[in-house]
Amino acid sequence: MNAREPGEPQIIAEELIKRFGTFVAVDHVNFRIGRGEIMGFLGPNGAGKSTIIRILCGLLRPSAGRALVAGIDVAADPERVRERIGYMSQKFSLYRDLNVEENLRFFGGIYRVPHNELADRMRFAIDMAGLRGREKALVSTLAGGWQQRLALGCAVLHRPPILFLDEPTSGVEPASRRRFWDLIHTLAADGVSVLVSTHYMDEAEYCHRAALINQGRLIAVGSPEELKHTALGGELLLLEGDSLGPTLAALTDAPGVLDCSVFGNALHVLVRDAARSLTELPALLEQKGLRPTRVEPIRASLEDVFVQLIAIDMAQRRQAA
Amino acid sequence: MKETHRPIVEASGLIKRFDTVAAVDGLSFTVERGEIFGLVGPDGAGKTATMRMLAGVMQPDAGSIVIDGIDVVSDPETGKQHISYMPQRFGLYEDLTVDENIRFYADLFEVPARDREERAARLLAASGMSQFRSRLAGQLSGGMKQKLGLSCALVHTPRILLLDEPTTGVDPVSRRDFWRILYDLREEGVTIVISTAYLDEAERCNRLALLHGGRVLYCDTPAALKQHMPGAIVAISSPAGREARAAIAGLEGVGDALLVGDGVHAVVDNAVLRIPQLREALQRANVPFADIAVGEPSIEDVFIALLENGRGLQ
Amino acid sequence: MKLRRLKAIAVKEVLQIWRDPRSLMIALLLPFTQMFLLGYGVNLDLKHLPVCTFDREGSQLSQDLFKHFQASQYFTIARNVQSYSQVVAAIDNADCSIAIVVPPDFSERLNDSGTASVQAIIDATDDNTANIAFGYAAAVVNGFSNDVQVSWIDRQGRPLQQVQPMVVQSRVWFNEDLESRNFIIPGLVAAIMALVGAQLTSLTISREWERGTMELLISTPVRPSELMIGKLIPYLVLGWLDAAFCLAIAALWFGVPYRGTLFALFVTTSLFLFVVLSIGYLLSVLIRSQVGASQIALLATMLPTMLLSGYIFPIDQMPPVIRDITYLIYARYYVTIVKDLFLKGSSIVELATPILFLIVYATAVMVLAAHAFRKRLD
Repeated sequence: MNAREPGEPQIIAEELIKRFGTFVAVDHVNFRIGRGEIMGFLGPNGAGKSTIIRILCGLLRPSAGRALVAGIDVAADPERVRERIGYMSQKFSLYRDLNVEENLRFFGGIYRVPHNELADRMRFAIDMAGLRGREKALVSTLAGGWQQRLALGCAVLHRPPILFLDEPTSGVEPASRRRFWDLIHTLAADGVSVLVSTHYMDEAEYCHRAALINQGRLIAVGSPEELKHTALGGELLLLEGDSLGPTLAALTDAPGVLDCSVFGNALHVLVRDAARSLTELPALLEQKGLRPTRVEPIRASLEDVFVQLIAIDMAQRRQAA
Repeated sequence: MKETHRPIVEASGLIKRFDTVAAVDGLSFTVERGEIFGLVGPDGAGKTATMRMLAGVMQPDAGSIVIDGIDVVSDPETGKQHISYMPQRFGLYEDLTVDENIRFYADLFEVPARDREERAARLLAASGMSQFRSRLAGQLSGGMKQKLGLSCALVHTPRILLLDEPTTGVDPVSRRDFWRILYDLREEGVTIVISTAYLDEAERCNRLALLHGGRVLYCDTPAALKQHMPGAIVAISSPAGREARAAIAGLEGVGDALLVGDGVHAVVDNAVLRIPQLREALQRANVPFADIAVGEPSIEDVFIALLENGRGLQ
Repeated sequence: MKLRRLKAIAVKEVLQIWRDPRSLMIALLLPFTQMFLLGYGVNLDLKHLPVCTFDREGSQLSQDLFKHFQASQYFTIARNVQSYSQVVAAIDNADCSIAIVVPPDFSERLNDSGTASVQAIIDATDDNTANIAFGYAAAVVNGFSNDVQVSWIDRQGRPLQQVQPMVVQSRVWFNEDLESRNFIIPGLVAAIMALVGAQLTSLTISREWERGTMELLISTPVRPSELMIGKLIPYLVLGWLDAAFCLAIAALWFGVPYRGTLFALFVTTSLFLFVVLSIGYLLSVLIRSQVGASQIALLATMLPTMLLSGYIFPIDQMPPVIRDITYLIYARYYVTIVKDLFLKGSSIVELATPILFLIVYATAVMVLAAHAFRKRLD
């Protein structure tokens, strides 16, 4: 449950299952998203993120389980759900051969924004995107970041309480990406619930909570801090030196070492207890004639966390199979 | 480890225009023999155009490219005999099996028949694909397609490998496997030029060129890059991120402040000096916060800070 | 149904159509040009049919008869010949579609018995034309016959005994049963191969571009000629199978008599396949989208093949400008060849002209295609 804002959760998924033939795309997924909360769905391509979002938008029927959006059962009444949500996807959001205004007016018509409000909402969207003065520009002439913000504007013209963003920041400059996330936070502060899916693992940092999805299953949920501290199951050390190859081999089965991999010009070593390993490992390597130049603890990135979690999940599946 | 002093790849003054936009605008860099070199930058920075020019499938409007002593711009066909290129879409034939794909590329590169089977088996085993040999390439997962694409590029044992955004959208475990293969290749002396939009992948390379707007912002090792970070990153943990940001905005020595899930990440010129001041400002504004600590700058932080400081270093 | 949303969709569509020059061109220009090109080109009437005259009598009367033919808008005297073998040659070379032979005892017969016959020899490889030509010839002879009647009445004061002094006996050559099937089906085979052939290869290069595999191919040392020939060979085999199948159906199922040699058929069909396959390949090289290439392939082959190749509507009846355009329609040569092989049993030597055209065509297109393919993305 979200600590941000009390009240009814805006999005509820209960034992959600979706099968395509024998392929299980969504496998017993449960979560809740509250008002004004930004939830990130992270996972590799094909993990099931887009499928879940499509179910929540009423574009796909769940095979089993229940999904409630703004209190409405998605499978029972998908049309009503669509009036309460905004949707933006990476693959498509805008008509490139129409200009800014024409796009806004089109979506205004599709969402039936009342005429007396449309002008105001359009102005809001144009200002949010920073496109004042460029209303007549064809979308195809706008750079990625501008298009992205305009697409967001089109998605919120009708003031939906819930926003679905499917990989919205792919292919956009870091500065534009940050500006975009700023806008998301602004919307969330106004009470909009946002569900964002992305395959950039470190975008989880921008979210209030993140859910990691792998092969249709939710394998971890929590705030970025929670995930970094508890999910890794160990601590990370950085090790630099010559002869990385033999060093890697030596450390792979060493006591207290959970995992070891090459990273650029160094090794990342996952250990159970950093303090102990900091003294034990150099000694162990000395015995083998290897002398690292630097050994120190480093903060795990969310990517490290996710890689570990996914690897553990894969191992568990293999055992179960 | 570096046998000869001449870089194996030398690109200088590359320019490439599409309509009126210069995707590549005066790009220069060198790659040493046997290293993993990263072309790192967000989309639109000119990475793919540069890779295509290196591979000889696109002509620059100006500038020169010399690979292993060959002038690729004037003689692209000879250049193609020395490199192996893996474009962003991998170049796999979805309606052919894993085996048929590898066989096709082996024949295309005239790999001797007796070597072909042995190499194919070894490459597929290394990527854990041995049991998928008769599966259609179109039915493979993203990560497996990536590994198959790499195997096809490696079947003729090239000395120079060009990889255009091979890890985009691929699951993290496959990504790690992929880099493990690259590191093994590096041990064998293969030179690898890899482009990526994941700024954080820059740290996995020996050296990198940070691209922006078709130019090189910075070109050196990842470690040296981080030292160029002007100032430091401070992480403020607070449930009221926007209020916190508003409270510290405009303070002396405080630059960009980024809203994150659990608070604010702010750029400061001197962490030791500014942290107490930030604490004070937050308390004065009655903004609740749990902790203020020095954070590790990400490559993205460095990138943005460099951009703001002007055109960066060359 | 919500009007607001409907309106939004319609407005957007109008804007998009207006800004897409290709759709506009197809919608406005295409019907316009086709109407004019084909409206004039397609002509079922027969005018100025070339006639070859064989006057075996050389009398005033026979000359009068021929003058009637000349005066008719349906006929033009193309040649005078002196023997039956020359008649055969004239028809073979398509110098004339109909030969009028006046027997050596024409005037004598008319004066003696009051009836005489005129022989018309008609090239029926074009069944449509044959029937109509016969009808016109009969009409001209009737007219002449009436004139003779009148002059007799003028001179002798009485009519000839028979109402019909002259009859036309027709000998139909090359398609004795006047089976329209025998003439349509060979042409049909040619037309089908022309359409199918170009479609086969029109996708091959554009498909690789769209799927992204081309980028990798052009980064390897492979040569454009290797690429082209390597890709064409399987389609050539497929084309042979197709052609063999269609021709077998024509001969064995529909019973169209085949009079030529299998060798001639093989050689000419292979040549034609080279032409159509490389045209499809060329389109695929020039147009990087699969849908685009296959659409243009259809457009470029369908209507011209159906209407301007001589398959249904004879070329020599078309206005001169259109007739010249048909030289560019490669299907035309194969239609001629197949029809001649089936109905006339022509040899390769006799088919030299269309074969030569095909050779030139094939070479030109293949060279063009190999050159047009650039191992470059830009």
